[in-house]
Amino acid sequence: MKLSAGKINELLTQPGCEHNDKKKEKGKNKACQQTAQPGAAQGGCAFDGASIALVPITDVAHLVHGPVACSGNSWGSRGSLSSGPMIYKMGFTTDLSENDIIFGGEKKLYKAIHDVKERYGPAAVFVYLTCVTALIGDDIDAVCQAASEKFDIPVVPVTSPGFVGSKNLGNRIGGEALLEYVVGTREPKETTPYDINLIGEYNIAGEMWGVLPLLEKVGIRVLSKITGDARYHDVACAHRAKLNVMICSKALINMAHKMEERYGIPYIEESIYGVEDVNRLLRNIAAKLGDADLQARVEDLIKAETAKLDQALAPYRKRLTGKRIVLYTGGVKSWSIVSAANDLGINVVATSSKKSTEEDKARIRKLLGEDGIMMEKGNAKK
Amino acid sequence: MEVIAKTNADMLIAGGRNQYTALKARIPFLDINQERHHPYAGYVGMVEMAKELDGALHSPIWEQVRSPAPWQSALAENGPTLRLGECLGERSETAQPTKVVARRKSVAVNPLKQSQPLGAALAYLGIKGMMPLMHGSQGCTAFAKVMLVRHFRDAIPISTPAMSEVPTILGGVYNIETALLTLLEKSNPAIVGLCTTGLTETCGDDMHGILKELRDRNPKIAALPIAYASTPDFKGALQDGYAAAVEAVVRDIPGNTTNHQFGNSADVFYSYAVPGLPSQVTVLAGPSLAPGDVQAVKDMVKAFGLNPVVLPDLSASLDGHLIDQNYSGNTSGGTPLSQIKALNTSAFTFAIGHSMKLSAEILQQRFGTEFNLFDDLTGLEAVDSFLQTLCEVSARPVPEKFRQQRRQLQDAILDAHFFFNRKRVALALEPDLLHSVAWWLAAMGAEVHIAVTTTKSAVMKELPVDKVPIGDLEDFEELAQGADLLISNSSAKSLARRLGVPLYRMGFPVFDRLGNGHRCIVGYSGTKQLLFDIGNIFMEADETQAHEQVHTWRESL
Repeated sequence: MKLSAGKINELLTQPGCEHNDKKKEKGKNKACQQTAQPGAAQGGCAFDGASIALVPITDVAHLVHGPVACSGNSWGSRGSLSSGPMIYKMGFTTDLSENDIIFGGEKKLYKAIHDVKERYGPAAVFVYLTCVTALIGDDIDAVCQAASEKFDIPVVPVTSPGFVGSKNLGNRIGGEALLEYVVGTREPKETTPYDINLIGEYNIAGEMWGVLPLLEKVGIRVLSKITGDARYHDVACAHRAKLNVMICSKALINMAHKMEERYGIPYIEESIYGVEDVNRLLRNIAAKLGDADLQARVEDLIKAETAKLDQALAPYRKRLTGKRIVLYTGGVKSWSIVSAANDLGINVVATSSKKSTEEDKARIRKLLGEDGIMMEKGNAKK
Repeated sequence: MEVIAKTNADMLIAGGRNQYTALKARIPFLDINQERHHPYAGYVGMVEMAKELDGALHSPIWEQVRSPAPWQSALAENGPTLRLGECLGERSETAQPTKVVARRKSVAVNPLKQSQPLGAALAYLGIKGMMPLMHGSQGCTAFAKVMLVRHFRDAIPISTPAMSEVPTILGGVYNIETALLTLLEKSNPAIVGLCTTGLTETCGDDMHGILKELRDRNPKIAALPIAYASTPDFKGALQDGYAAAVEAVVRDIPGNTTNHQFGNSADVFYSYAVPGLPSQVTVLAGPSLAPGDVQAVKDMVKAFGLNPVVLPDLSASLDGHLIDQNYSGNTSGGTPLSQIKALNTSAFTFAIGHSMKLSAEILQQRFGTEFNLFDDLTGLEAVDSFLQTLCEVSARPVPEKFRQQRRQLQDAILDAHFFFNRKRVALALEPDLLHSVAWWLAAMGAEVHIAVTTTKSAVMKELPVDKVPIGDLEDFEELAQGADLLISNSSAKSLARRLGVPLYRMGFPVFDRLGNGHRCIVGYSGTKQLLFDIGNIFMEADETQAHEQVHTWRESL
């Protein structure tokens, strides 16, 4: 994947993201383009973001091309769970030495792909470009292509040197790699009118498994999870879904947007936290798939589940009502957790909005009410 | 007992109730009565018994429990102070140096090592009012921070100049300047610990040049003490970065008032330092020491009436404590800057961990401070020699507290040695810690099955094992087959499960255990605790294994 200035700009100015939708009045904010302030920046880099978005694909070997820090300080530490393959939890890195940096790391990378394939037999190898290998000019696209042909295995280059930007940009770079090299390269065995993709849900702590059974019960099939507990093959078939459901706000908006453009798959944006939001998720999917029977089944399910839930939550509601909390998080969580807290009768007195989009902020305002404090920027001290 | 003394017997074989009588008399013992766990019947049992007898008789622990403390023998014989038994003998007589093998692989699988900047940040965090600044992209700092937070379960201050593409190409001077000014405004650190990363070492930022330019340009930056260490990610490992940061601090900060960094303003700090006091000594605390270890070292030194300046002092910053004052963005404890500036007035340097050698030499060159290097501080002999040196430097006797702790340790060694005998232990640790643990295990009668390490070090040539690969956890998993115990960091968790071998967590990172800020394996007490921790794992496994063994005898009928 060639990462040019134009490409980065395109990723930062997604039409679906109202940070940059300049036609609208609120769109003057350019949050996506803001660069981190030296000395104050706290977040991760683009490589971190790309890893977050892609590492949950469980049967893929994630090979980090760079010095040991990038992989050594992050491998195996992310909380996304797998229902099967565990290879995604392993740390593969070319662990470049000084000599490699002087003489170039391409040959080492080529051999590394070979060794990983031989020893661990992954469904595919994802190769991550990092700051140092970008700087010394290793052409990972060429190496990946050569290795892919020679070793007969999909090898996906992910152009994610940390210095190109924030974690958020990294997420989108990850999405871009999937769009360019994976999605649409294979065909599913069968399709149904109820096929959807979940985008931006990484199955952290296995929480996706709290939602999937609900979808299954009403007859919605998740064709491809992008990328929590995903398999390479399923992601490759994602273009055959009827609907994309974005879970984590705008992190992978480029995927939803481009899949709409390329394959005509509409997308909706939902949250899976809180009673109201889960209800809305189910209703909106059913409505978008446009099947009256399905909608009826969803209503029945919601009725049954919420009745059970009210009973289960009753003792907690009694103890939690009126408690005051401060939220310090980013993006979609800044409002989705507010909604979950409100469901429990907890007052959210303040929340941060530093990585939130204008749309996120509007939702926060609605949920927080008049007295809520919204922290634009912040640090631990504040 | 009298019979044993009269007949000059080597060993007592009896029932469990006599066991401790024999042990208190420092005589080898084998349990043959009801309470034993080892089967001795039949031909197969004979082999078992021979093994146990051999192990009991020839365990290296006997020399340790029989040898008097160096200060006692010095009094008694007035001769050479260190008469340390078989182990030391073995160690110095080791004919073949351990072979350090760098594994040539194209791909590291499940890396064991962490990179240098992380180590540098860790060392810097042991200084009070410190803000480490990792010169790289945001991710360099974010990843290191997450690792440290997960290990110590504490808020960790580290900052980043957030290098993006353009400064990477054109040079990072603007980013460092902005970062420093932002830090001065936001958290106003007493000192900044700067280290480089793979990114900025590759793009070739001239750090000395940048710092000079910034100091010339901005008086606020000129007044800010900055230690600078070169720590590329693509060389060495955590302990090298840690050592580089300590070297940077002792080179850039203390003593020298004509230092271009501080001008005359440095004198201000001396007003509340303790210069010139003959009792001040420097303790260079190496990367193998956890905050709890550092605390134990400090306590030992203080008990001799000495006033230690510990650098870095993690026991005051990463020991997991709540603070009463307002939240500060910098480290809330650690070595005070005033003490670092007064390092030139120390009477002696205790360098703990081989990687502290260069720092001790820098102090010697700059201020003429003599030093002793202690590779290990775990195990009876190692602690003996440390206390003996303290004794000589302070001209005070060893406090009764430690004499008692020594006797306790000897007793604990006797109790525990049954379980260490013939055990094969596989180690994957950083060189300093590996050296300590390997020799301690050997002294307990266990066998170092294999040892894998992260980086080159002189002490890796003298290990109680033939060769030591510099490798990753994939190598470790391959080589550790057949071991009774694994000792490594938390990343070895899943391979331990695959091998079906218990894992004792040590090193960095340990993210699935509480209390890493308080772990202590140094001194007599710390050694004793380690002995119990690992002895308990062996004891549990012994019973299971003995039972499994006789069941295989039964099944082979």
